[in-house]
Amino acid sequence: MPDGSQVEYDKTVYHPVRGENGTALDIEKFSLWYSEKQALFENSLVVERGLVTALIGPSGCGKSTLLRSINRMNDLIDGLRIGGQMKIDGRDIYGPGIDVIALRKRMGMVFQKPNPFPMTIFENVIYPLRVDGVTDKTMLEETVERSLRGSALWDEAKDRLHESALGMSGGQQQRLCIARAIAGDPEVLLMDEPCSALDPIATSRIEELIDELAGHYTIVIVTHNMQQAARVSQNTAFMYLGRLIEYGATETMFTTPKAERTQAYITGRFG
Amino acid sequence: MTAVNIDTAASTGKAKSSVYRRAHAADLSAVGEPFQWVLGGALAMGCVLIAGLLLLVFWNGLVTFWPKPIEVVRLTDGAMVAGEPFRTESFRVTADQLAKVPADKRAAIATDDGFADRTLYRTGNYDIYNDDFRWVPDYEVASVERPADMVYVERLEWGPLIGRIKSAIVNGTAVPADRLTPAGLAAAHDAARARWAQIQHIERDLIGDVNHTIEKARLRVRSVELSSGADSPAYRAAQQRFSDENVKLQERFQALTKQAQALRAEDAKDTVTFAEIGGKEKAVNLSAVVRFFQPNELSIFGKIGVYLGRWWEFLSTEPREANTEGGILPAIFGTVAMTLLLVIFVAPFGVITALYLREYAKQGRLVAVVRISVNNLAGVPSIVYGVFGLGFFAYIVGGSIDQVFFPERLPSPTFGTGGLFWAALTLALLTVPVVIVATEEALAAVPRSMREGSLACGASKWQTIRRIVLPRAMPGIMTGIILAMARGAGEVAPLMLVGVVKLAPELPIDGYFPYIHLERSFMHLGFHIYDVGFQSRNSEAGKPMVFVTTLLLILLIVVMNAAAIYIRNRLRRQFAGSQF
Ligand SMILES: Nc1ncnc2c1ncn2[C@@H]1O[C@H](COP(=O)(O)OP(=O)(O)O)[C@@H](O)[C@H]1O
Ligand SMILES: [Mg+2]
Repeated sequence: MPDGSQVEYDKTVYHPVRGENGTALDIEKFSLWYSEKQALFENSLVVERGLVTALIGPSGCGKSTLLRSINRMNDLIDGLRIGGQMKIDGRDIYGPGIDVIALRKRMGMVFQKPNPFPMTIFENVIYPLRVDGVTDKTMLEETVERSLRGSALWDEAKDRLHESALGMSGGQQQRLCIARAIAGDPEVLLMDEPCSALDPIATSRIEELIDELAGHYTIVIVTHNMQQAARVSQNTAFMYLGRLIEYGATETMFTTPKAERTQAYITGRFG
Repeated sequence: MTAVNIDTAASTGKAKSSVYRRAHAADLSAVGEPFQWVLGGALAMGCVLIAGLLLLVFWNGLVTFWPKPIEVVRLTDGAMVAGEPFRTESFRVTADQLAKVPADKRAAIATDDGFADRTLYRTGNYDIYNDDFRWVPDYEVASVERPADMVYVERLEWGPLIGRIKSAIVNGTAVPADRLTPAGLAAAHDAARARWAQIQHIERDLIGDVNHTIEKARLRVRSVELSSGADSPAYRAAQQRFSDENVKLQERFQALTKQAQALRAEDAKDTVTFAEIGGKEKAVNLSAVVRFFQPNELSIFGKIGVYLGRWWEFLSTEPREANTEGGILPAIFGTVAMTLLLVIFVAPFGVITALYLREYAKQGRLVAVVRISVNNLAGVPSIVYGVFGLGFFAYIVGGSIDQVFFPERLPSPTFGTGGLFWAALTLALLTVPVVIVATEEALAAVPRSMREGSLACGASKWQTIRRIVLPRAMPGIMTGIILAMARGAGEVAPLMLVGVVKLAPELPIDGYFPYIHLERSFMHLGFHIYDVGFQSRNSEAGKPMVFVTTLLLILLIVVMNAAAIYIRNRLRRQFAGSQF
């Protein structure tokens, strides 16, 4: 595929809502191999800036793989190969000369299982700033308050900032991880099934939070819960066996899906 | 058969059903968990062995310094023996011995199948009898007494003396008879000991200082000679300066020697004469008496006083009499210094190696081979490391260091022979596999999600290792270091090749620049045990010291380990957050 060429989209299965701020991520014919096994097959989609994009599909279809390709978390894996392109602001994420660390600083990531560090709540939140070598105390304190307010954890955590983060409940820990992800002021938030380890009440809190964050960040969220996708996202991508089947406005996807497989999946005939 | 057979068809021998039916009863092997007893028994066995070992060492070590009574034995032939009863055993009486035994006792021996009991007495007085110990068979004993006036004398030389105080001269005049007891002589004894300490101070510290200065001046001249040649003006100037300086130093040396001689003359005026049980007399300078007391008359507090005094002497002074007497301070010091140095070497080396192996090296066949080799290093006999340490560190590396940095001291080696530095380095090599394996395991146990969380925040690999991985792995790493330390502190064989000596003239730390002398040979408790027990003139006398020194070695290792564990637990608390 020649560089910079536009992917031709099949309009019948490609009908996303367009945001007002242009595109954040441009994924073009992106393929990925784990050693011999191909996990992604020429996926193409455009993530709109400032919107919430959900990735859905049966487990093992490559949602996490695609998400982790965006901030190059997959670099840790031996024998990984990729094909196609993935661009942020027009720059190839996998291009030569790209600074992976700088790239990751533009993105926050929230994992399936809450993974707070074994430190105090305060230190957890400012970890991205510590990494950058920030020592200004007021700056650190303001960041902690802003991030914890941003992740709706401030009221619960403000009196125990200097206690270990491991003493919090699972839902609180996940919100702490969100606070940590937004502390570095990223453009894109990547969330890999952020609620799958949480109880329903914690889940609905996180969903509300995603709604609040939506205006400020471009969010890509992987979920296997279709109601969740319907509740929080504007655009939804349905993947199946490593291929993008349909990408469109969430409302349309869940009411009148265009592709047959999408229909089968969301009506619960398989998955 | 315990199984309850409910398949009647099968039991009557008809066509067997292919459906497996489980017996509705527990199998015998499931009842009472028989293996539990085997496993528990193995553990109990191990515990008993360890407890027995500790008990043996502790008991023997703790009773050694307790003052024992002195028994005076009159033998049937009229001879007298005085000494501390040491131990009793039964032995087979030989025909020659039997011939000399009176008839009535011979019958008693015959009824015991030719066996009789005998007691080992510590008679002391080595200078008179050329022996410290004497066996006394029971059939030769006419009577046993414990006279109050028997005195046990610990001396600077010749080991203990056992006898009675015959006379004493203090400051040239005879002491009246009513004060001829250890208590009566106590004041004079203290004064003599203080004077002795003063002589020691002059002869060792002050004169040692002069000698040190002379040696340094000589080395300065020698290095000028080496750098500018033997007939250069610089060399002649240096030589001139040296002889000027030397005159002054020789003067000081003479003055100090005179001072010491005066004190010694004073010292010779205080003597005490002992009469041993056989009637021979022995005059001893009062200052050469370390401690004397009448054990048969000692109250319990007196005994405790002697006991504690002996411990204090043991812990705080240098050895004398080929290490069988005096203290072991240099050995304690050497053991601790070497162990600390070992940790300083082994910790960074092991941790960095493990970090590279686990975090940076590409996990392939080469790394697997390296890892197996490292693991196998732990199985190499320790003496092999000693040979390597001597051949490589001391001779090759140390020899080169001497050539480059200390040419003026050659041919006497500085780093080119065994010493504290090389010993610690050798042991570091010996114990580094322990640290590497423990560190690798600790690193591998850090969850992937932690690393990913950190990387996703924009941390570099090194930042992730330093801020997330290492703190989490720290308790495991510390455990490895503690194990390495324990192993290294107890190792003796390689040390004999790379720097441990029977008697080190100087401690590795003293008041002369650069204060810490890592090139010096040192003493070590482990080697001291071997030396005292098996290399001294009298292994019977050394035996109790073996136990005391072993006790001390065990305690020392326990203390060092406890300190390390304490530090580890503090680290663990610190890294895990404060409120657990
Ligand atoms: N590290 C890996 N090595 C090899 N195969 C992997 C690895 N991670 C995921 N896969 C495979 O890639 C496919 C997609 O996985 P994933 O992206 O985790 O699916 P999802 O998140 O949609 O459940 C699966 O078949 C999975 O087995
Ligand atoms: Mg997944």
